[in-house]
Amino acid sequence: MSNLWPRIEPLLAKVEKPARYIGMERGALAPEHAPGKVAWLLLYPDTYEIGLPNQGLQILYEILNERDDAVAERSYAPWLDLEAQLRAAGLPLFSVDSHRAAGDFDVLAFNLSAELVATNLLNLVDLAGVPVRNEDRAPHHPIVLAGGHCSFNPEPLAEYVDAFVIGEGEEVVGEITDVLAEWKRSARRDRDRMLHDLATIPGVYVPSMYEVVYDGPRIAAVLPRHADVPALVDKRTIADLDAWPYPKHQLVPLIEVVHDRLNVEVFRGCTRGCRFCQAGMITRPVRERSADSVRTMVRDGLRRTGYDEVALTSLSTADFSGIERVVADLVNDQEGTGGVSVSLPSLRVDAFTVGIASEIQKVRRTGLTFAPEAGSWRLRQVINKLVLEEDLYAAVDAAYSQGWRRMKLYFLTGLPTEIDDDTRGISALARACVDIGRQYTKQASVTVSVGGFVPKAHTPFQWFGQNGVAELRRKVGMLRDDLRATRGVQLKWHDPEASFAEGLLSRGDRRVGRVVERVWRAGGTFQEWSEHFALDRWLEACAAEGVDPDWYVTRHRDEHEILPWDHIAAGLHKDFLWLDWTAALAEHGLPDCRWTPCYDCGVCTDYALEHVVASPVAPAGGSQGTGQDLARGDSVPIKFTTGRSSKHLASSARITA
Amino acid sequence: MRGGARFPVRLRYTKRGKVRFLGHRDLARNLERAFRVTRLPLAFSEGFSPHPKISFGLALTTGFESDAEYLDVDFREAVDLEALPAALSTELPEGITVADAAWLDDRAPALQEAVTAVVWEVPVTDQHGEPAGAAALRAAVSAALAAETLECTQVRKGRSTIVDIRPLIRRLAIVNQTDRDPRVLLMDLATVPKGAKPGEVMPALGPFTADRGVRTHQFIERDGVRYEPLDVDTRARVAHAVAS
Repeated sequence: MSNLWPRIEPLLAKVEKPARYIGMERGALAPEHAPGKVAWLLLYPDTYEIGLPNQGLQILYEILNERDDAVAERSYAPWLDLEAQLRAAGLPLFSVDSHRAAGDFDVLAFNLSAELVATNLLNLVDLAGVPVRNEDRAPHHPIVLAGGHCSFNPEPLAEYVDAFVIGEGEEVVGEITDVLAEWKRSARRDRDRMLHDLATIPGVYVPSMYEVVYDGPRIAAVLPRHADVPALVDKRTIADLDAWPYPKHQLVPLIEVVHDRLNVEVFRGCTRGCRFCQAGMITRPVRERSADSVRTMVRDGLRRTGYDEVALTSLSTADFSGIERVVADLVNDQEGTGGVSVSLPSLRVDAFTVGIASEIQKVRRTGLTFAPEAGSWRLRQVINKLVLEEDLYAAVDAAYSQGWRRMKLYFLTGLPTEIDDDTRGISALARACVDIGRQYTKQASVTVSVGGFVPKAHTPFQWFGQNGVAELRRKVGMLRDDLRATRGVQLKWHDPEASFAEGLLSRGDRRVGRVVERVWRAGGTFQEWSEHFALDRWLEACAAEGVDPDWYVTRHRDEHEILPWDHIAAGLHKDFLWLDWTAALAEHGLPDCRWTPCYDCGVCTDYALEHVVASPVAPAGGSQGTGQDLARGDSVPIKFTTGRSSKHLASSARITA
Repeated sequence: MRGGARFPVRLRYTKRGKVRFLGHRDLARNLERAFRVTRLPLAFSEGFSPHPKISFGLALTTGFESDAEYLDVDFREAVDLEALPAALSTELPEGITVADAAWLDDRAPALQEAVTAVVWEVPVTDQHGEPAGAAALRAAVSAALAAETLECTQVRKGRSTIVDIRPLIRRLAIVNQTDRDPRVLLMDLATVPKGAKPGEVMPALGPFTADRGVRTHQFIERDGVRYEPLDVDTRARVAHAVAS
């Protein structure tokens, strides 16, 4: 029960950004540890600046500390300089709240938001003084737990993480605490017994309780080892977001971090049905927070934090019923605050009207990002991102007309059925957007950000063979050539080599775990950071472990293959996903089920859940295929006129600060 | 600089403990946020992106502590000066305490130009980070005070230059003589024309280092007289007990 601060303090004088490690944020808690309390260490396996804003960890931090039988502290990956200092001084990973050794906690609970943080997870477990493999852990070692979107394919880390939480954590952390409290009280501290008990909690997956049977390279079966362990682990979902108004005390870091603003989650889940989007598939159904409750959280949050910016977050914030009203209320209720700006990450282009643009710019023009995702209407129907071309142009027009000079456009490349004409459509869209901007300002510019598509588990594209490194490179090169001479367009792209490694993990099985371990042992931490990522290290590790990376990454799967995550359920029936995959190949869009009859994807019916939306009808003019004429998706208005409004029709986009 | 603002205030605050690792820019952000949380009537600059009118004094090197940090802030209307230090302190991270406040004259020169001397108390370590030997330090201090010039290497924006810091040194004194504790050197240094950091001064004196220490005073000098920044160009100074 050590406070390591006196030993850590001298090291901090020797490292970059030492304030990453001091804690002390507004909203931070000083929980009192006691033998009867289950001590959780919540970890984000990347830097403090990336990890601190994670809303999932902040929510659990509060919920756990509200309990009488639990305490929770936080930790993040120390940067390489501090890690070297810690290892040289023989000091372990520590919490930033009370600078307690990570090994003194009962649970090390990781958030997995991105595939490539896997090596950092191993590194942090090791730095905590805990064996990295499940099988090597002794009764006194903490339990290694992981949750977050990547746990929907937990298999690559199955031999390194004792238990995964599938889905939303608000309720299940309490049930886990109960099991661990009993384990702590027991004299024998039987680790297997405790893991077995965890495996019977709905939403908890304990990989060691399952045996994977192979048939050559393919999986033949995944079998529970005990009768009371479920063959299919269903995700957890909270029914009512209003019952969980967390975080109530959002942490305000002392140093600058990403998303450094008040973040209020306005709804969870998304049914737009974009086929590439894992988040939209695994978080169904839609559950809106009531507008009143949003207003209360914003008002209290701003008062408590002193932030001058608030983001209304969700997977597609413009779908929130009455969003225009909420934004207008926020912008116009500025008494005594000196101006609070509003940012709307994930906003559809059809909702970005002149009206919203003019409200937002009253305080400050937050950064704008629209995400058409694909360069042609044909391909947007394949991926079910039903953004009409004229809606995109109208949104862009609205932004430039209200004084914005630059915006970002997000695209994916390497999508199913994509041909070069589709890829080149990206350049055409970008040029058209700059042309619109030129009507308002000579400085009009567009940043085009292109990511290589990585197929994800539990999506209709889970069967698709990802484009290899060379093919993604060729496509990016084509766009570079196309746009080289275009003034006002700046092209940025995600490293195709990183996409390849992400693909290996996103659809890998247990055999990929040893590759992760080998990469970590070879010094491959911080793989999300381009200066530390090297695909060669991954390929060497694959070769050494006899793993063929192309078999995992670029191979198309067939309908009947047992996928490594088939025993994990996001609620979506596999035959629904297959049907949607065939619809994609037929270039057939699927309207949003929030406002149209149910397709029986499986989530609501199996889990007895319902969409919670204040508005039973689609936005005026339709949206995502409802109430729209999809035959005219690629029609481009011939001329744009100043002040043109876009209060109709549909599509999707993001706006970020 | 102060435009139409009518209620300028000068504050003294501390930076003690873990927050010594907070950089100057981040410290400024935290102070601005504390003003927002307390809902004090900050004056804002004009323009499309208004920002509160707060001007900070000399930046404190990250890793060092202080009992004597200052800032000037403009309010739109009169505030309760008595209540100000406590109100702000409760909204600031532990270790940052607003200790004093005073109304500032409209035409008071900015802190960055007005402050001409600072006093440090620095635990001196050797090149291995161990407490410096007493005899060696005493000898080095005497030699430095007797010297006419003292060369010091300064690195600014990646460029290394050698400057004579002897004219900056007003006083050097060893304040702690026990064998167990590190020797604490009191350093009274001018900040004009260009100041030097304790971490730069120590190697100039001998085989010593300093990566922490406390700024105990800053002074504004007028006609040969030293004033604390709250005692000059100000009225109605309010003292607030500093928790140590």
